[in-house]
Amino acid sequence: MNGLALLIPIALGLGLLGLCAFFWSLKRGQFDDLDGAALRIFVEDEEEPTA
Amino acid sequence: MTATALVERDFAVPDIRCAGCIAKLEQGLVRDRRIAAARVNFTEKRVHLSCTPDTDMPDLIGAFSNLGFEAHPIGTGLDEADAEAESSRELLRAVAVSGFAMMNIMLLSVSVWSGAAGATRDLFHWLSAAIALPTVAYAGRPFSRSAWRALRHGRTNMDVPISIGVALVCAISLYETATSGPHAYFDGAVMLLFFLLCGRWLDSVMRDRARGGVTALLRNMGTGAMVVEGDGRTRWVDTTALEPEMVMLVAAGERLSADGVVVGGASQLDLSLLTGESAPQSVRPDDRVHAGTLNLDAPIRVRVTAAGADTAIADIARLMGEAAQGKSRYVRIADRAARLYAPAVHCLALMAFAGWMIAGAGWHHSLLIAAAVLIITCPCALGLAVPAAQIVAAGELMRKGVLIKDGSALERLAEVDLALLDKTGTLTLGRPEALDLDRLDVGKKSLVLALAQASRHPLSEALTRALQSAHVLPAAVTRLRETPGFGVEAMWADHVVTLGRPQGVATGNALATELAVDGRPVATIRFADQLRPDARAAVAALRREGIDAMILSGDRAEAVAPVARELGLTAQTGMSPQDKLAAIERQETAGHKVLMLGDGLNDGPALAAGHASMAPGSASDVGKTAADCIFLGDRLMPVVETVRMARRARAIVKQNFLLAVGYNVIAVPLAFLGLVTPLVAAVAMSGSSLIVVGNALRLKRALR
Repeated sequence: MNGLALLIPIALGLGLLGLCAFFWSLKRGQFDDLDGAALRIFVEDEEEPTA
Repeated sequence: MTATALVERDFAVPDIRCAGCIAKLEQGLVRDRRIAAARVNFTEKRVHLSCTPDTDMPDLIGAFSNLGFEAHPIGTGLDEADAEAESSRELLRAVAVSGFAMMNIMLLSVSVWSGAAGATRDLFHWLSAAIALPTVAYAGRPFSRSAWRALRHGRTNMDVPISIGVALVCAISLYETATSGPHAYFDGAVMLLFFLLCGRWLDSVMRDRARGGVTALLRNMGTGAMVVEGDGRTRWVDTTALEPEMVMLVAAGERLSADGVVVGGASQLDLSLLTGESAPQSVRPDDRVHAGTLNLDAPIRVRVTAAGADTAIADIARLMGEAAQGKSRYVRIADRAARLYAPAVHCLALMAFAGWMIAGAGWHHSLLIAAAVLIITCPCALGLAVPAAQIVAAGELMRKGVLIKDGSALERLAEVDLALLDKTGTLTLGRPEALDLDRLDVGKKSLVLALAQASRHPLSEALTRALQSAHVLPAAVTRLRETPGFGVEAMWADHVVTLGRPQGVATGNALATELAVDGRPVATIRFADQLRPDARAAVAALRREGIDAMILSGDRAEAVAPVARELGLTAQTGMSPQDKLAAIERQETAGHKVLMLGDGLNDGPALAAGHASMAPGSASDVGKTAADCIFLGDRLMPVVETVRMARRARAIVKQNFLLAVGYNVIAVPLAFLGLVTPLVAAVAMSGSSLIVVGNALRLKRALR
């Protein structure tokens, strides 16, 4: 029973953590452009123009 | 760095195709000092710009075209779209919450099923309740709201049995938990919500995706015109801000943004999007001109007489509103199924309760069995049956260049048995194509290309397109100069070469251009609107699918006859928008389900009235908005493929319904006998959902 008192909160907490992470990334717009995200890896950063 | 506030603007850029385009746009656009930031959304083919407030729309579009991209400004009136996007985000949040709850409750349930008893079982049940009840309250809202709406209007839909079932099951499980009973169905209730929400979310994703594609295609939104001020200066005015008495300067190759009267210049106008008429119309001062027509030849000045909602388009919009009412009466397959299903489910549950009461089982036990019946019959697989099939079908069609606006369009497309086709722009390409280019020798071709490249005149663009695709190289010419209303002039070696309006030969009404060296005509190129390359094959394929075709055209009989003969179709000609509407109504009363294909403004009402409708990507905005789906490219075959896919999807949906019913035939008697424990319910529910989704995935191979 003592094990349960420890393990159940841990299980729920981890689940909640995942849920929060998902909501956070949803809010930050990380799912807005899924196809583009896959392509951006090929985009080479331009050097900062020295102004 | 100035501290002025930046303006945010969105552009649809349909040509974003690769990582290179993203880099080119994002890094190229910010080189313009007025553009502070550019962000590409690849999925929706859009670019978001932050720029200084003094940047004019033509400058921004120019910045895009300098990089080789065609950009269409997206208007700000997108509140409706935002609301839709918000509702699908809300659905996604509900899916996430119910998914989290489902997994955690399942974790607890597994230990109950594997033998936890006594105080441990009660604790787990209470924990499950603590997770399930808030989840049901939050994630169940889309269903309870819609069920309540339906009930208040005295109707019933799929959401009514779902809401009642989930609420009842939760209440009974709570009672069971409070009295230390062995069976609590929290896992079943939450799992049901999760699967159903997945279906709902898929449905809304499909609509979002299509809407994104359609917005990218709508080009007239947010456009405007160069307005000439009293002091002769010009400034850019948005379409929405145009007012009567303003004078617009309309360049060759530009579309008119408002109705008006020509006050300066003479030109030819392409009316094909407005009336379906293929021959260009000459206009001179004092002639009336309409919004949506394309200026072909020379710049003209137009005094605005009606703008915005008062233009001739507004008349068409009113007709469309009336025509669309018929379509809103269409009841979707899922709701039709629910009409039969909901009463059946409720009767079964009631019968189970009454039966066990009569058998003397006590009201607690009877209620528990009734709950088991409800949860096992709840349309879990049914909720996924339709959206899963439709999103797979829509995804496959999108890959073929067909955008389906929603699932109901796909259902209606499967039912059509008669196709009514517009001619100009639908059966034909809707743009001038050079007819006798092959007669020219290579030298002349390269000369024509060198001259045509320098101009944005529609005929020059047609020549450039045709010659470039034939891999002709342009000749080296110097001192290129374009004369509005005539054509292009340049020096080639020591000869003056011109490409422009034919001087000597009478060409009648037909479009033509002439290549001349030192003032001597050397070649005349004629233009005409050509049939789509596979129009014949597509019409034949439609016939094989059991769909007859007919032409409804706003064009003159002489122009339609050759097309009708070539395709072997009957045709009605010279039709006004009202005539087309009447023709569709006649066919519908004769018992036909009409598929309307059209592109012009004049087809708008007909597209809205047809049982289902399709428009090519080159169609007018009105046409694209009114149509159920849009096919891209020059080929007509996608129309046939769409109908085929819609029929295949309907067959899969029917199979899915059969699977769901078959599963009920086995499960309901078990539930009646009181043999359905929460474990059995969970296995049955997820099993049937997986089977339904797997069946829907078979559609992926339907077009290959």
